[in-house]
Amino acid sequence: MKLADLAGLLGAEFVTGAEHAEREVTRAFAADLLSDVLAMVQEEGVLLITGMTTPQVVRVAEVMNMGAVLFVRGKYPTQATVEYAAGAGIPLLAASRDMYETCGLLYQAGLRPAKRKGFRLDLPSGPARPAA
Amino acid sequence: MTSPQAPPALRLRRIYEVAPRDLDRAGTVSTEVRRELLALGMSPDVVRRASVVCFEGEMNMVLYSEGGRIILLVKEDRVELLFSDRGPGIADVDLASQPGYSTAPDWARELGFGAGLGITNMEQNSDLFKIRSRVGKGTVVRATILLGVPFF
Amino acid sequence: MKLARVVAELGLEALATGDLTREVGGGYCSDLLSDVLAHARPGDLWITHQRHLNVVAVAKLRDLAGVVFARGNRPSPDVVARAAAEGVNLFLSSEPAFEVAGRLHRLLHP
Repeated sequence: MKLADLAGLLGAEFVTGAEHAEREVTRAFAADLLSDVLAMVQEEGVLLITGMTTPQVVRVAEVMNMGAVLFVRGKYPTQATVEYAAGAGIPLLAASRDMYETCGLLYQAGLRPAKRKGFRLDLPSGPARPAA
Repeated sequence: MTSPQAPPALRLRRIYEVAPRDLDRAGTVSTEVRRELLALGMSPDVVRRASVVCFEGEMNMVLYSEGGRIILLVKEDRVELLFSDRGPGIADVDLASQPGYSTAPDWARELGFGAGLGITNMEQNSDLFKIRSRVGKGTVVRATILLGVPFF
Repeated sequence: MKLARVVAELGLEALATGDLTREVGGGYCSDLLSDVLAHARPGDLWITHQRHLNVVAVAKLRDLAGVVFARGNRPSPDVVARAAAEGVNLFLSSEPAFEVAGRLHRLLHP
């Protein structure tokens, strides 16, 4: 999906990087915890959907070669973060929708999750099942 | 004639200071390391793994330590990242290394940190990983990424 | 839609279950407890990568339909025990939050 179509679908605006509106993203990862992004995303060009607007979000997107960052819940990054993203060539978009609805609309439009194979995140303790 | 025991030639060495609780700058060492490795023509996989290792080590240092430094060494056959901080040290390294274990305060969790995956992510992206810590002294981590070794 | 049907359709593993006849009004996807406290609606199914013990308290306070721990992020036994005691529904999915949210949305708003 092109970033321009994604913005149209969600009613999102380009905070910076509108010149990359024709860029394609096919995989998305939605999270507020950055270590999660670092653990689970392996491919390049992934769309990051997050409610976090700290400078670290853009740095993670940069080192992971992500396609774009989409801020949800009406969150807006600081000017310093926007300028950093512009310099690093990472498009930033902002939507007022919540993360659930954003994921839902993009999923139904054909976007698929970024996944990593063979990464065990479970606690060593076994499953605790409720009594039936 | 070079002896086969000669240490691999050093291609690059960089030293970065990391200040505690400096959330404005946290993560910038990682982006610097990425640029250095890209400039050396390293493969995207090596660059990504080194950047992830560095980011997590740097965040741990910023969030939990009294500050310290990160040394980037690039040799013919490997990239090494050395992290050393000024304390407070980790009492139980095995516990702290468990996925999901975190001592992050609420303010850090609400900023998207403290998922309990920091050390796990560093280990998962390294070929060789060693962590030593002494309470009251500090923590030292050596993470090595071997070049030309397929990574799974 | 009833929670039991959502669980079956999404293939969720039940970790702790109370009332499965509850109506799922919608979804909420977040890893920030304060955000969920402020914005999730009663009856929402909360999808998260977080697995802090306080997840159970937040789900209870907001009267959520349940919590789905995404991407196989299994909570520790004390979290499950607390949920069972509080009557909070907990589920596990091996899929990441984006996929769980996407499928739930497709189910509730095709």
